[in-house]
Amino acid sequence: MQKSLHINAAKCTGCLQCEMACSYENHGLFNPAKSRIKVFDFEHEGRKVPYTCTQCAEAWCLNACPVDAIRVDAVTGAKVVNVATCVGCKVCTIACPFGTINYVADLGKVQKCDLCGGDPACAAACPTGAITYVDADWTGLDKMRAWAGKTDTATRASA
Amino acid sequence: MAWTRKILRVDLTNGTCKVEPLNMAWAQQYLGQRGLATKYFVSEVDPKVDPLSPANKMIMTTGPLTGTPASTGGRYSVVTKGALTGAIACSNSGGYFGAELKFAGWDMIIFEGRSPKPVYLWLENDKAELRDAGHLWGKTVWQTEEIIKKTHQDPQIRISSIGRAGENGVLYACIVNDLHRAAGRSGVGTVMGSKNLKAVAVRGTLGNAGIKDPKAFMAAAAAGKKVLADNAVTGQGLPTYGTQVLMNVINEMGALPTRNHRDVQFEEARKISAEAMHEKRPTDGKSQLVTNAACFGCTIACGRISKIDETHFSVVNKPEYWGASGGLEYEAAWALGAANGVGDLEALQFANMICNEDGMDPISFGATVGAAMELYELGIIKKEAIGMDAPFGSAKALCDLAMMTAKGEGFGKELGLGSARMCAKYGKPELSMSVKKQEFPAYDARGIQGMGLTYATSNRGACHLRSYTVASEVFGIPVKTDPLVTDGKADLVKAFQDATAVFDSAGICVFTSFAWTLADVQPQIAAACEGDWTLEKLNEVGERIWNMERQFNLAAGFTAKDDDLPPRLKMEPAKVGPAKGLVNGIDKMRPEYYKTRGWDEQGVPTGDTLSRLGL
Ligand code: SF4
Ligand code: SF4
Repeated sequence: MQKSLHINAAKCTGCLQCEMACSYENHGLFNPAKSRIKVFDFEHEGRKVPYTCTQCAEAWCLNACPVDAIRVDAVTGAKVVNVATCVGCKVCTIACPFGTINYVADLGKVQKCDLCGGDPACAAACPTGAITYVDADWTGLDKMRAWAGKTDTATRASA
Repeated sequence: MAWTRKILRVDLTNGTCKVEPLNMAWAQQYLGQRGLATKYFVSEVDPKVDPLSPANKMIMTTGPLTGTPASTGGRYSVVTKGALTGAIACSNSGGYFGAELKFAGWDMIIFEGRSPKPVYLWLENDKAELRDAGHLWGKTVWQTEEIIKKTHQDPQIRISSIGRAGENGVLYACIVNDLHRAAGRSGVGTVMGSKNLKAVAVRGTLGNAGIKDPKAFMAAAAAGKKVLADNAVTGQGLPTYGTQVLMNVINEMGALPTRNHRDVQFEEARKISAEAMHEKRPTDGKSQLVTNAACFGCTIACGRISKIDETHFSVVNKPEYWGASGGLEYEAAWALGAANGVGDLEALQFANMICNEDGMDPISFGATVGAAMELYELGIIKKEAIGMDAPFGSAKALCDLAMMTAKGEGFGKELGLGSARMCAKYGKPELSMSVKKQEFPAYDARGIQGMGLTYATSNRGACHLRSYTVASEVFGIPVKTDPLVTDGKADLVKAFQDATAVFDSAGICVFTSFAWTLADVQPQIAAACEGDWTLEKLNEVGERIWNMERQFNLAAGFTAKDDDLPPRLKMEPAKVGPAKGLVNGIDKMRPEYYKTRGWDEQGVPTGDTLSRLGL
């Protein structure tokens, strides 16, 4: 079964445990500046929104890369940057409509979420369930369940 | 090396910045943050110094767990001699600033002297630079953050700054970071203002690579998070209701100080409680509470983000206050509400926003308003002097006085002195509900006896965060004690004081101690920090810090007489509730406490005690 990162921003408190976990997983140090997931604070609305690559099926970055440095991981479906091949041309960062692939200046390469090989560190670190790793075909399951629970209650009450 | 081992020394008088290595021998004795910065402070500053003179210093400091994934590992503190108290001050704040300072590579910043003109410190990793802040002077905290981010064209900068209260010499001005987190008490913001330092802006992208044993640390941090998640207070109460979960509980105990401590229960407590923040308003069908929010690294998320009722009198035609904003926390809701008998939740949120926006400690501000309202009701302060009617319960007076105090206008100047100086000025010093000139927080010491001893002996003046015996006396953490008796409270207070000093020195939030004891913190420190960090060593570090702070205060001129409560709490019994008929037994507890501490009858640490602690 293919899985996807699923983000429920309403649950996010802005603790940045996800950014710390991501940077540690991928760079071996605690540094939100190096995280591939970012939490945005819309402070005047009181909203925090975690945001990262959604692993497009037809990935703009992958299609744009002139040296084929971005490949599909057959197991996870993640679009993964092969650091050895990447020449740091940044064309992918222009191609990606969402901005979720970024240049890392001190490495001279780009980086993006690769789903940690199937065990995403951010989802494991998130204390609130704002980030989960779920069946890619059923990312809406929780919302469906919540709404289902509110539907057609009258019939049951009178039954 | 959970420490970065780097200190920045900023000479504001001469406009220079210098890098120094951290004294690692001291780090082994004082851990970090509160303990370590206080060690630097007492080693460098004359205890008799005028807090507002250039000879006072101000230290911004992180702990070894700041900027790590330990739960709540994002705290920083400001250490100085307090403008309000004249005692050692250490005010702690969450938000994101502390972690950013660490990621920029700094354990602490020591500010010395006074800048000839307003400046702000700009830190971009190891690059440190004092910049002109002429254009920021006179601006609020919120404006300052916005302007600095625009100037540097970087929304990811984290900023700590003072508002107009700190510029205007309000003696309980605080330093606000990330819009609504504050190093709140004792007037640390007043000291910053006296140095002509408007803000510290940091961008840190180096990260924290210095954990001793990352694998062991991740395991210890995960175990700690699980304890927090499984605990009823840190796993449910605080996330759901925030610190405001306390309002109804403490009121029912008859320990909610009301109308300047005349009463111990507030008949409108429910209207200003967490539950009320959740309720839908009739005016717009929305609740005041918008969401909860965490500080950096925090898996508890006690923080509240609220929106005020746009039709409330305080904000009509003022859209700048209609957005989501921090609050209400329990202490602020109490100080702005029950302490002066105001039961209008929206008015409290407005006054709270003013405190955030212009950097004032809402506890001291609210409690000072309470004292002024009592003086008004006694006919000692006249309507003409205040410029308005100000009886207990006046939401209008509260809101207007908040704005006037922040801006230093009219009677706001008197309120800016704090209750001790204000009441003394009007010939009624006994009406100030304070210790060492710092106002009490939200627990009446008649209904929770241990808090009386906590307030009386706190090294930074009356404060709940130095030994939160409420945890034991109300919630049974770690063991239940009877709130109505004095027996055993000396030991309890000492144990809490020493343990809390360690929490405050580690880089974590003291609210974790609802679930964590030092035994939960120890494995995290041991895995992160070089050296041998046993539980025994941590306990000793806590006791050492406490005694070091005490020594500074004694040298500054404080005596046993200053370890006392106002006569109201010793002579006017609680009128209602479980504590009905009780006063606080401070005179019984104090000598027991001195003895437990290994201090003489005058509250001076004995030679034995000092040498045992290596002081
Ligand atoms: S770990 Fe979860 S709650 Fe914390 S900032 Fe990330 S998404 Fe939000
Ligand atoms: S418990 Fe509250 S104050 Fe402490 S770190 Fe978490 S959100 Fe911040």
